[in-house]
Amino acid sequence: MQALLNVENLMKRYVTGEFFAARESIAALDGVSLSIQTATTLALVGESGSGKSTLALCVACLERPTSGSIWFDGRDVAALGEKQQRAVRPQIQLVFQDPANSLNSRLTALEIVAEPLIIQRRFDKQARSKRACALLERVGISAKKAGSRPDEFSGGQRQRLAIARALALEPKLLILDEALSALDCSVQAQIANLLLELQSSLGLTYLFITHDFAMAAHLADEIAVMDHGRIVELGAAEKLLRSPEHEATRCLLAATPRFRGTANLPAGL
Amino acid sequence: MRYLVRRMLHAVFLLFGVSILTFLFSTLAPGNYFDEMRLNPQIAPETVASLRTQYQLDRPLPVRYARWLNSVAHGQMGFSFAYNSPVGPLLWVRARNTLLLTLTATLLAWALALPLGIWSAASLGRLPDRALSWTTATLLVIPDLVLALGLLIMAVRSGWFPTGGMVSVGFESLSPLNKLRDIATHMTLPVVALVISALPMLVRHVRAAVAEVLDAPFLRAATGHGIPRRRLLYRYALRAAANPLISLLGFSLGTLVSGSLLVEVVMSWPGLGPLLLEAILARDLYVVIGGVLLSTIFLVGGNFLADLLLLWADPRIRTEAGAE
Amino acid sequence: MTPLLQVQDLHVAYRSRTGEVCHALVGLSFDLGPGEILGVLGESGSGKSTLAASLLRLLPPNGIITGGRILFEGQDVLRARPREMEKLRGRRVSLIFQEPSVALHPTMRVRDQVAEVLRAHEPLDFAARGNRTRQVLASLFPSEPDRIANSYPHQLSGGQRQRVLVAQAIACGPSLVLADEPTASLDPTTQQEILTLFRTLRQALGLSMVLITHNPGLLAGLADRVLVLYAGRAVEVGPAESVLASPQHPYTRALLRCMPPLDQKSQASRKAMLPVISGESPNLSVLVRGCPFEPRCPEKMEVCKSCDPAAVPLSEAHTVSCFKFPG
Repeated sequence: MQALLNVENLMKRYVTGEFFAARESIAALDGVSLSIQTATTLALVGESGSGKSTLALCVACLERPTSGSIWFDGRDVAALGEKQQRAVRPQIQLVFQDPANSLNSRLTALEIVAEPLIIQRRFDKQARSKRACALLERVGISAKKAGSRPDEFSGGQRQRLAIARALALEPKLLILDEALSALDCSVQAQIANLLLELQSSLGLTYLFITHDFAMAAHLADEIAVMDHGRIVELGAAEKLLRSPEHEATRCLLAATPRFRGTANLPAGL
Repeated sequence: MRYLVRRMLHAVFLLFGVSILTFLFSTLAPGNYFDEMRLNPQIAPETVASLRTQYQLDRPLPVRYARWLNSVAHGQMGFSFAYNSPVGPLLWVRARNTLLLTLTATLLAWALALPLGIWSAASLGRLPDRALSWTTATLLVIPDLVLALGLLIMAVRSGWFPTGGMVSVGFESLSPLNKLRDIATHMTLPVVALVISALPMLVRHVRAAVAEVLDAPFLRAATGHGIPRRRLLYRYALRAAANPLISLLGFSLGTLVSGSLLVEVVMSWPGLGPLLLEAILARDLYVVIGGVLLSTIFLVGGNFLADLLLLWADPRIRTEAGAE
Repeated sequence: MTPLLQVQDLHVAYRSRTGEVCHALVGLSFDLGPGEILGVLGESGSGKSTLAASLLRLLPPNGIITGGRILFEGQDVLRARPREMEKLRGRRVSLIFQEPSVALHPTMRVRDQVAEVLRAHEPLDFAARGNRTRQVLASLFPSEPDRIANSYPHQLSGGQRQRVLVAQAIACGPSLVLADEPTASLDPTTQQEILTLFRTLRQALGLSMVLITHNPGLLAGLADRVLVLYAGRAVEVGPAESVLASPQHPYTRALLRCMPPLDQKSQASRKAMLPVISGESPNLSVLVRGCPFEPRCPEKMEVCKSCDPAAVPLSEAHTVSCFKFPG
């Protein structure tokens, strides 16, 4: 099966510096290559500053890479012009870490989910409403709450709302940038289950960015470890956990909080 | 650095622009200094014409502007028809008097506004705050003119304060100490008027700026460290609320020569105000231009100073400015 | 041995402008001994941040302590006068706030912010204060104390800011440190550094700590005892190993089961649905008469709806508030 997303040697440099000081060039991405098969999940793990978010922005066509190619569904989106990119963007959607900041607090839940449809001028008003309601149901927000504003929702519900909005344009690839990191443990589990369920029923492909190795190992088919703008290790989840090769992977594994416990609990109450 | 140089260039351009515009508007407006004379049948038209030539009012505009610029470079800033002397020294004497008044008033106003504003913000919603808000609202509504006249009336009735002017008759013969006391008593009413007109707005701004900061997490964290209340208010809250207040200070400084015009005229204080008023009414061209330019210099300078202060006070702006 | 901190039947509520009351803490009681680290495990809405604020009476204006006692070294905190509270805070009990990026003054240098804490409590002159500040910062930033001391908060990374908060907390040598989600916005590596830091401080200074978090993994290996908070009540308290390895209360069990496993044995369960706690988080504006977890509990019984379970000792140090266990 052909890969849905194929990133080849992606580079992104940022230039900083003052007028009189020497200009510095920082490589946020230093030759990143990875590929994701359709309907699978690739987890991107790394410390902050490793370039994970920059990669997400480049793949979502919100930032232009300095060089390299991003093959999405057979086309190099990094090389496309502005107008053509706009046509591709609906197929790649982002869910961010902090739903409080990425949701418009003045709109109701229904309006938030319908907004992408309005912008892309799809369907008429009634059909949009129907679709938005259906999406809210899909992610587990009851129709009663469709008229509420984001600040009336809990953190987990807001994240469900963000996912519903991301699904409005029927994307093929969903990039989740630390989407679970700000949530409580039990809520993380609920949203993780939702993501798994959506993947199996809609055939979605996920790029799951996180610094939580445990969640990455649970949700992903493959894990890529990023360090200083490069992918230093890439492989199946089991393999990375059993025998991590790179120093960065080992450090991350060692730093992941763990406790003996769940192994002793009977599965299912 | 680049940031500052840019700002200074802006300022210089602004001054040039203002001088040109003022020149243009003053000369293009109908009438000139000699119109009154012309109307006087006793003065021969030839005299008027010759006076005009003497003062070079018949030359074309750009030439006059150029000559004026030249005169500015020599510190004379043109020639006053009414006073028959160069404008520069004239302005200087008057400006000194004005600054005496306004500097005192500004210092006093800020010295009062800060503690009052902080007190108001610290007791937000409670009695001290409500009382202060009510008082400042009332004072804001009173026009400056009414205030100044009211004080004058009080002075006349009570005889406690002199009713105008800067010095008493026989000033020259006083001892230095008495000279100071004389000026001080004459200054009191104008300063009071200026302070009362500036204070309400300052207090409200200080209150707003500090109240916004009092909710901030770092203040709760500092309370959690046991920092005493007073220090919290002055060292923590005021510092964090400084940005809008520094901009306001720039404005205060900017209006040092222009803000007291009304009070000076009403209380006959020999400052820039009355001079400018007379000059406008009499079409004393170069005095008007000189006065406007001086005001602009202060305004631009005040803002520039505020920017410098802001750079000094807020390290985050320093970082931003450096990254430009 | 008298406990360092005793909380007895603490009730805290928030009153909104519309008159709605939200019961944040309901009858909370626990003890803390000297040199002990108590981990408070709770999710959003459990009342954990309210607990931290209440212990130092730092609640916002709409928060009221409606009942109970807080005794620190025998002194009644709730009856202390404002001056006594100022002397207590930062000097004998410190609080490390949640968000390091906003808990520091934006336009004051780091060394000034630490010096201010010293100035409030220690009778040192200017030079001595400077030395102490340098000492404290050097103990937390062994590699570049001077650069950090001269920096402003916005020039530091998240982990560094957190360390500055710790510096402020320990500057005056308190006996108790309250840490409210100290590693919430940090990287895993930085998280571990901070946790190791706490361990070191406990050993070196004999500090007691109340470590509040929603992540059970952080408490393993660090906390001596764990208190599980749900809807403002302590549902389970006991030694960390017991509570984390063999939790007894249905909520604790469900919570710990939610976490995806990291050990290889359970890799067969990859991409399987995680067991979740059904239902929604409790509505705190209603003071229920029975157990607050009852609507979501997989093992609920009739009695759970009508009566509030008392704390039942399972062993010497482990108590559970659940009707499953006969009292």
